[in-house]
Order: sequence, then structure tokens, then C-alpha cells
Amino acid sequence: MQKSDGIPQFVEVNNIISSQSEDQVPAELSSWLTLVASQRDKRAFTAIFTFFAPKIKRFGIKQLNTEAMAAELVQETLSKVWNKAHLFDPSKGAATTWVYSIMRNASFDMLRKIKTKNELLLGDDIWPIETEEHSDSEVYADHLMERQMVAYVDQLPEAQQLVVKGVYFQELSQEQLAKQLDVPIGTVKSRLRLALAKLKEQVGESHD
Amino acid sequence: MIKLHPETPMLSSFVAGELPASVSVIIASHVEMCSQCQQEVERLTQQAANACFGESNVMPMAGVDSVQIDDEFGSFSLEAELNSNELSMLEAITGMAPERGTIVDTAVVEDKEIEVSGVRFTIPRALRTVEMKPFQGLGKLSRSRLSLEDGDIRTSILHIDKGGSVPTHTHKGFEITLLLQGSFEDEMGCYHAGDFIWLDGKHTHQPVTKTGCVCLTVSSNAIRFTKGVSQLLNPIGQFIY
Repeated sequence: MQKSDGIPQFVEVNNIISSQSEDQVPAELSSWLTLVASQRDKRAFTAIFTFFAPKIKRFGIKQLNTEAMAAELVQETLSKVWNKAHLFDPSKGAATTWVYSIMRNASFDMLRKIKTKNELLLGDDIWPIETEEHSDSEVYADHLMERQMVAYVDQLPEAQQLVVKGVYFQELSQEQLAKQLDVPIGTVKSRLRLALAKLKEQVGESHD
Repeated sequence: MIKLHPETPMLSSFVAGELPASVSVIIASHVEMCSQCQQEVERLTQQAANACFGESNVMPMAGVDSVQIDDEFGSFSLEAELNSNELSMLEAITGMAPERGTIVDTAVVEDKEIEVSGVRFTIPRALRTVEMKPFQGLGKLSRSRLSLEDGDIRTSILHIDKGGSVPTHTHKGFEITLLLQGSFEDEMGCYHAGDFIWLDGKHTHQPVTKTGCVCLTVSSNAIRFTKGVSQLLNPIGQFIY
């Protein structure tokens, strides 16, 4: 009888250990992602990889059944994280939610490929992951308008152009830009303000 | 105003990626049109992520400045926690060439519009890469089948012209209708763009549209006409859905 008492206890202890070591989401996850986005920082990515790889694998085995497919899911998901880190926007949600979406989409497409032999990738259309999707700037809702905006931006003084392009096209933070351009953050802010005022004026004119 | 939404358990399965492709696609198309369900999907996705990766109580970060790499990673080696397979995977990934320069492109999603019987409408984003078969007409009905290859489940775009109707019918399996444009009514009420209508064998209805309408439909089985002469139409139930 002692034996059967021992097993649940053992399992419980294991659960406590694993919940301490694994379920603790590092607070630095989103900063690591930003480092990967801005500098392709390998140390930061290694930390991301170490945290996510075993968990994605567990999810993969549950969904896709085989160890090999699960490993493929890990590779597919984390490759996207490496390449698309610039699309992650920490103000819109947790890093874990963003990685979950990428993993779920990849897993959905892999499962569909196994089941129906269909190569059509639907995951990213069903669950769009680009941050722009929920963008509150309606300026970019319209393709023609976007092209027009690019033209307006190109007419701005060069210093303002750099700031606008950095923030809106490359999605750098104002801090990152200040560092890159080697100017105080206040300068970045005022250039951006001036540029936006000018753009608004031009958009207004062309709509009258 | 959208009145009918997918129920929460269905949204949970949707978020988990557990539903068939056709059902996922029609739910995604509803979510695109419905801000209430967008919020719900966001909440459920966060919940699923927490269940998978653990709870994160991180505040939105201030900027890169707040991270000091050296302190962060310390002197211990992170690589030590990885096995050799994982290490080679890690190297393969970080060795990939950068995919920069596509940033602006991903921001622009062009709407795909099509025209049927003189009516223009926008294809839901979730469907824009799915091949549509040519529209086939039958009276005031036109239908285009979508090539989703999802077993017995069929996905179609259905256009019913002004004043058109579908004879009273029931469903052997289930039928989901998402009203993309226009409105229609049946014995149970009046439906508007964005409404997500789930029907199964328990329901019998006769949809009529005054304004004309475009629907996305997902159906697990042919419909069955139940009244008088229209029963003669049963072979074409196959046609409609």
C-alpha cells in the first residue's frame, strides 16, 4: 500500500517542480523579441528558443501525434518568430499570445496537409497575425491612399522623412530611432509632430 | 447591428484550431465583421496561450533601453539546457537570411471584390486565397462552390436576387449561414449583414429576401425540401448548399 501512496506524492512533487521551472513566463520575453527584431540578437533568440521549444513540442505531439511532426512544428514556429519579430507589438498583447497564434496557424496548416493532402495554407488568413490588422490608423485601409501617403512622405524634409519611415514603415520605437539617428528623443518626437502635421495638411487638401 | 454570433464554446475551439477548415473560415469571416467577437477571440487566444505557455503578468515594456543584456543572461550558458537536436535547429534558424523589406507589403491587404448577377461584394479576407468555382444559376439563386476540400462539408457563396426565396426545407446535418450583404427573413426572424446563423435538423425554414442578399454557407449535408410539390426539388437540394 505504501507504494500506491508514494506515486501520487511523487507526481505532485514533480508538478510543483515543473510549475516552478516551466510555467514561469520570463518577464523579459517581449524585450527579447524586440531585440531580435531590431538587432537580430542571437542571445535574446536563444533565450526565447529555450523557453518555447519544449512547450511547442508538447503542443505538437498532442495535435500532430508524431515526434517528427512536433519537431517540424517547433522549427516552423520559431523560424517565423525569428523572421517576423518586427511584427510583434508589445502594446497589443503578451508575447506568449503572439507566439501561440503563430504556432496554432502553423499546426493547423500542417494537420490539414496530413489529412487532406491539401497544400493551400489557410492559417494566416483565418487568424491574421500581422499587427497592422488591428491598426487604428485608417490611412492604410486603402491601397491607393497608402501609395499616396508614401508619395507625400517622400516630399518631407529628409530629417522628418527618416523619423516617419522609421516609426510607421519599420515599426521602430521612438527610443530606438533616437539611438539610431544619434539625436535626443525629444528631437525625434518634435520631428514626428511636425511631419504628421504637414501630412495631415496635404491629405486634407487633396480631399477638398 | 449583428444579432447572431457563434457561441463561446465554438469560439474556443476556433481559437484552438480544432475546427474543420470550412467552419474555421466562416467563423473567421464573421469575426472580421464583428468587433464584439474580435474582442472575445482576443481574450480566448490569450487564455489558450496561458494554458500552453504559462501565465504571463508582464506589463507592456517601455523600450529596448530597459533591457540590459549582460545582466539578463548572466554568465550561465542557456545553450546548456538544449539537447543536440535543439541546438542544431537553433543554429539553422538563426543562420537564415533576413527577410527584411517585406514590412510594408504585409501591412496592405487588398480587398478582393467580385460581382454576381450585377451585385458587387467583398470576399472575406479569410477566403481570399481559396479558389472559387464559377457561379451557377437557378432562377433567382446563384451559387459558387469554394474549393476547400473539407471532407463532406461544403462551402459556397450563395446569391439570392431581390424577391427570391428558397422553398421550405430542413437540414440533415448542420448548416451555417453568414450573411455577407443584404438581408433575408424566415419564420424565425429577420437577418442582417454579419449575422451568423447555425441551423440543424431540428429547424425547418423558408428564407425570403426582399433586398437580395449574398451569403457564405457551410453545410455538412444536403438540404431536404419538406412541403408539397417542392419535395420534387429534393434532387436540387444538393445544388443549393
